[in-house]
Amino acid sequence: MASAASHQWVGNRVLMTLLVAAVASVGLLPFASLSPNRLASGQSVMLWQALASWQLAALALIGIALLIAALAKPMGPRASQWLALAATLPLLALDFYGLGDYAHRALVDASPAARVSQGATFWILLLVSALIAIDALQRLRLGLTRRALYGALALAVIGVCFSGELLAPLSIMREFANQEENFVDQLIRHLLLVGGALLPALLVGLPLGLLANRRARLRNGLFSVLNVFQTLPSIAVFGLLIAPLSALGRAVPWLGDLGVSGIGVAPAIIALVLYSLLPIVRNTYSGLAGVSSGALEAARGMGMTPRQILWQVEIPLALPVILSGLRIVTVQAIGLVVVAALIGAGGFGAFIFQGLGQYAIDLVLLGAIPTIVLAVIADFVLQILVGLSRPPGTRQENTA
Amino acid sequence: MNGAIHGARRLRAASAGNGVLGVLIVLLIGLTLGMGQLEPLFRALFPDLGNPLYARDSFLNLMLAHIGLVLMSSLISVTIGVAAGLFVTRPVGREFEPMVSSLAAIGQTFPPAAVLAIAVPLAGFGFAPTIIALSLYGLLPVIQNTIAGLGTVPQTTLEAARGNGMNRWQILRRVELPLAMPVIIAGIRISVIVNIGTATIGSTVGAKSLGTPLIAGLVGNNLAYVIQGALLVGLLAIVTDLLFERLERRYSFGG
Repeated sequence: MASAASHQWVGNRVLMTLLVAAVASVGLLPFASLSPNRLASGQSVMLWQALASWQLAALALIGIALLIAALAKPMGPRASQWLALAATLPLLALDFYGLGDYAHRALVDASPAARVSQGATFWILLLVSALIAIDALQRLRLGLTRRALYGALALAVIGVCFSGELLAPLSIMREFANQEENFVDQLIRHLLLVGGALLPALLVGLPLGLLANRRARLRNGLFSVLNVFQTLPSIAVFGLLIAPLSALGRAVPWLGDLGVSGIGVAPAIIALVLYSLLPIVRNTYSGLAGVSSGALEAARGMGMTPRQILWQVEIPLALPVILSGLRIVTVQAIGLVVVAALIGAGGFGAFIFQGLGQYAIDLVLLGAIPTIVLAVIADFVLQILVGLSRPPGTRQENTA
Repeated sequence: MNGAIHGARRLRAASAGNGVLGVLIVLLIGLTLGMGQLEPLFRALFPDLGNPLYARDSFLNLMLAHIGLVLMSSLISVTIGVAAGLFVTRPVGREFEPMVSSLAAIGQTFPPAAVLAIAVPLAGFGFAPTIIALSLYGLLPVIQNTIAGLGTVPQTTLEAARGNGMNRWQILRRVELPLAMPVIIAGIRISVIVNIGTATIGSTVGAKSLGTPLIAGLVGNNLAYVIQGALLVGLLAIVTDLLFERLERRYSFGG
């Protein structure tokens, strides 16, 4: 490694930087906050005040392990990277366990209205563990299976922390307990809205992409029209759809009976489909355009009909690019559904905007954090699908 | 022959594009200044509404506030984003490149509205969380495209520049940045367009923008307000996008 020559002591400057950032955060920013009730702002609690002494000792051990992994000397680069990767799991566990355990102890003789919330250092330690893991995974050049395995392990650690009563006294988890049924409803609603938009978008977008590939003249016009929709702010599109849709719902009663009205699901789905079309059409087009003429000629030479060529040669070869379009669109739709809550479509955005209206930060986070988790998981799963859809032996990077 | 026809068509398309842009700019300015003149129209469209024209603030003020939010956050995003992109493509910072790239990629999967919401506990309500969320979110495409753009500069070009006796700073300023410019501008374009949209939602956390009449209309069931806000912010987004398209084209044709 080039940097090892110039910096004799530090073997991994990325890890060292992350470690310094984590230590600075522990020293300067609160780990938790304790407030008298749900809406009041709380007093800051630093990490060393919150953790029990054995937890502090464990944290120090993890810190020393990471420091050794960052140094050039005692261990070789590969062993260091494995050590760093391994250290992220107890760090993750300690971050959650320390917070939950502190909340239990702090609330024993406090009033029932008192609340414990996570502070900046909690989030930074979470972020630092994720970044250390990403760095180590990249340096170790592990394959998709082992990366997925590590991901599953980390998720299991977090899952164990959330099962049982450990985190129950936290403010946001009490908010969750209050909203539990509602939460599941909104989760399902969020997913249904995403699915309900993606299905028609695929049904329309895939043929349009094929058309753009076959008819060069249509292409530019089609792309610039679809690009306009991508450019428009989502809330503006939702808003502009309200008037025509409510007029339609009133004018055509059976449509109104089906639920077509100015607010709610109908404008949300229509807007989401419009947003989803460009990436699907563009990626279908460029996936098909990327099929080599040699492959097409070989197929023709084997006597395949145009239909067979499409289904057996072109689509399988274009599939990775088409799926990366689906990946963009899925992540985008999960985010847009948040905004759709403003026109009464429901989903996690309902918690966010309700929370903002009541100045209830925990309710805001109860909407925002699951949305982010949902988007990251969807992105990861589709990334794996894109990887699996690549024909074996071709590992070109997709540009999407 | 064929080439000439193609060229003529492209010329016509480009001038038609200019015409469209001109009309949209006139429409944007006209509606911003003269929405009040349309009151009879909105009254006719929405006879049930007592107040068919948003009057709590002038549309000019809202437009300027919106542009101010986007401009300020984009300035922060571009400064930090280009600097970060430059840092990780120099020998000093190359070790950080994979980490910064994956951070930029993962960060962009975060929904902008959720990022905005999370900025509230950090910065309170109003202008500050909106600027923080917009700058952070806008940073990512700029970093990504700066890295990608500088990565497209061919190694042979760099060697030729070195062979001509240019020092590192000269190579960066006169070779790398000009060649990477179209891609960097494309990143700034994505960042600005997303931020125009997110600034609209910024009014739910208390920042004044064109989203203010829009959200007020949604909450108060006043469709006229919704349309007034949506029209202006939609026009602003399209005009900005078209302007960036021209800027990109100008740099990529070696302007």
